[in-house]
Amino acid sequence: MLELQNVTYTVTENNIEKNIIDHMDLVIPDGKFVVITGPNGGGKSTLAKTIMGINHISSGRLLFDGEDITAKNITERAKLGISFAFQQPVHFKGIKVIDLLRLATGKNISKDSACEYLSKVGLCAKEYINREVNNSLSGGELKRIEIATVLARGTKFSIFDEPEAGIDIWSFQNLIQVFENIRKTVQGTVLIISHQERILNIADEIVVIENGKVAKQGAKADILPELLGTASAVNAACSKLDPKGGF
Amino acid sequence: MLDNIQMHMLTEVADLHGVPEGAYNFRVNGEKAGRNTTANIDIATKTDGKSGIDIRIKDGTKNESVHIPVVLSESGIKETVYNDFYVGDNCDVVIVAGCGIHNCGNQDSQHDGVHRFYVGKNSKVRYVEKHYGEGDGKGKRILNPVTEVYQQADSYVDMEMVQIKGVDSTHRITKAELAEGATMIVHERLMTHGDQVATSVYEVKLQGKGSSTDVISRSVARDNSEQVFEAAIVGETACSGHAECDAIIMDKAHVVAIPKLDAKDVDAALIHEAAIGKIAGDQLIKLMSLGLTEAEAEAQIIGGFLR
Repeated sequence: MLELQNVTYTVTENNIEKNIIDHMDLVIPDGKFVVITGPNGGGKSTLAKTIMGINHISSGRLLFDGEDITAKNITERAKLGISFAFQQPVHFKGIKVIDLLRLATGKNISKDSACEYLSKVGLCAKEYINREVNNSLSGGELKRIEIATVLARGTKFSIFDEPEAGIDIWSFQNLIQVFENIRKTVQGTVLIISHQERILNIADEIVVIENGKVAKQGAKADILPELLGTASAVNAACSKLDPKGGF
Repeated sequence: MLDNIQMHMLTEVADLHGVPEGAYNFRVNGEKAGRNTTANIDIATKTDGKSGIDIRIKDGTKNESVHIPVVLSESGIKETVYNDFYVGDNCDVVIVAGCGIHNCGNQDSQHDGVHRFYVGKNSKVRYVEKHYGEGDGKGKRILNPVTEVYQQADSYVDMEMVQIKGVDSTHRITKAELAEGATMIVHERLMTHGDQVATSVYEVKLQGKGSSTDVISRSVARDNSEQVFEAAIVGETACSGHAECDAIIMDKAHVVAIPKLDAKDVDAALIHEAAIGKIAGDQLIKLMSLGLTEAEAEAQIIGGFLR
C-alpha cells in the first residue's frame, strides 16, 4: 500500500511560491489498477515523479507498505519495488534495447527472455532487441520499450505517466491492448496517469486530481459517469479522435 | 618468451590470449619478440636504418589477419617505429595494431608509431588500434601515433581507434587520401582521466569522384583531463564526407572540438556535427529508476557511449 500524508511540493516561479501538490492525502491500495486523471497542470505527473523520488517533496510523508520512504532516493525506492515509465522515454547513445531490459531485470537474461517482454508490448522482438534506444525509434516504439522495461522489473508497484502522450492514434489503439493485457496479467499495483477514457474504463479505481489536491477518489463505476459529464471528459473524447486535440 | 605483464598488455591491446593465427609481429621493449609470416602476408624488418617493419599483403588475399602489437614494460624506453602496410588489390584483411605501456618506474615511456597504409584497388581493410597504459610509477606513458592512409579506387578502410585507459599524453595525427569510389570509416573512442592530455587531428582528402568518409569520435573526459578533436575533410570533387564529435565532459575536464570542412567542388557534400555536454540527468534518473545506483548508472551510460 502506498500512502501520501499531507504531502506538499512547492516550486518558485518569478519569486512566487506555488504548491503543485498541496497538502495531499492519498491511499493507493494493493493489487488495484488505479488511474489518476484530471485537468492539465493539476499536478498528476508531479505526483507520479514524487512517488518515484524524482521530485523531492517540501513537506509531508510517503509510506510504502508501512515504511517511511520520504527520505529515500530513486534507487532505494526502485529496490523496494517501485517502477516508473516515463512520459517522455529517455534516449541513450550506445545502450541497446536488450541492455535496458537486462538492467531492468537485474539479470543477464537471454535474448529469448528479453523478446518475451517486447512481445507483451506488441513489438516484433527480433527487429528491436539490438536497436539502440535513441531517436532512430519512433515515439510509439520508444513508449512501448519504456513500458517493457517496467514489465521486466515485475515490481509490486508500477507507475505509468501518460502512456498515451506523444504517440499517434494507430499506436494508441495497440497501446490500449497492451494495458488491457497488463490489467489481466500483472500482479501488484498499477498506477496510470491518463486522460484517456479507454484507460479509465479498465480501472478499478479512479483518482481525480485538481489544483494539487485529490478532488475525487473511488471505484470506476462511481467516478467515471461523473467525469463523462465534465469538460475534461469531452476533451478526452476529442483527443481520442485526434491525438493533437483538434478536428 | 613473454612474461605475465607483457601477456596481459597483449590481451588489453589486441585481445590476444596467446599466439594468434595468421601473420604477426610482436615488438616488446624495442625488440622483436615473435614473428610469423604466411603464404600471402610477408613481414620484413626495415633495411633503411629506420626501426620498424614492412608488411606486404599479396593481391587477392582474403579472410586473413595481421597482428602487430607493441608492448613497453620497461620504464624509460622512447622509440619511434615506422610500419608500412602494402595491401594488394582485391584483398579483404584485418590488421590489429595497438600499444600497451606498463610503466612502474619514474622515467617516461614513449612509443611513437608511424603507420602508412597503401591500400590497393577494391581492397577491404579493417584496422583496429588500441592503446592502453598502466603501472604506478611516476614516469609518464606517452603515445603519439601517426597514421597515413593512401586508398586506391573502390577500396574500403574501416579504422577503429580505441584509447580507454592509462595513457598520459597522446597526439594522434591521421591523414588519408582517397581515390575514386574509395571509402574510409573511422570510429575513435577515447576516455581521458586524471591530468591526461589527448589530441586527435584528422585530415581526410576526398580526391576521387564518389569517394566518401565518415569520421566519428566518441569521447569521455573526466577529472582534469584535456581533449582536442580536430577533423578536417577536404572535398576536391563529387564526394561525401561526414565528421562527428560527440563528447561527454565531467568533473573539471576541458574539451575542444574543431571542425573544418573544405569543399572545392560544387558536388562535394560535407557535414560536420559536434556536441559536448555532461551526462543527461534524465538518463541517470531512468537507470536509477531501474534500481541502479548513481555511480552504476553513470558507468552504464559511459560504457554504452564508448561501445
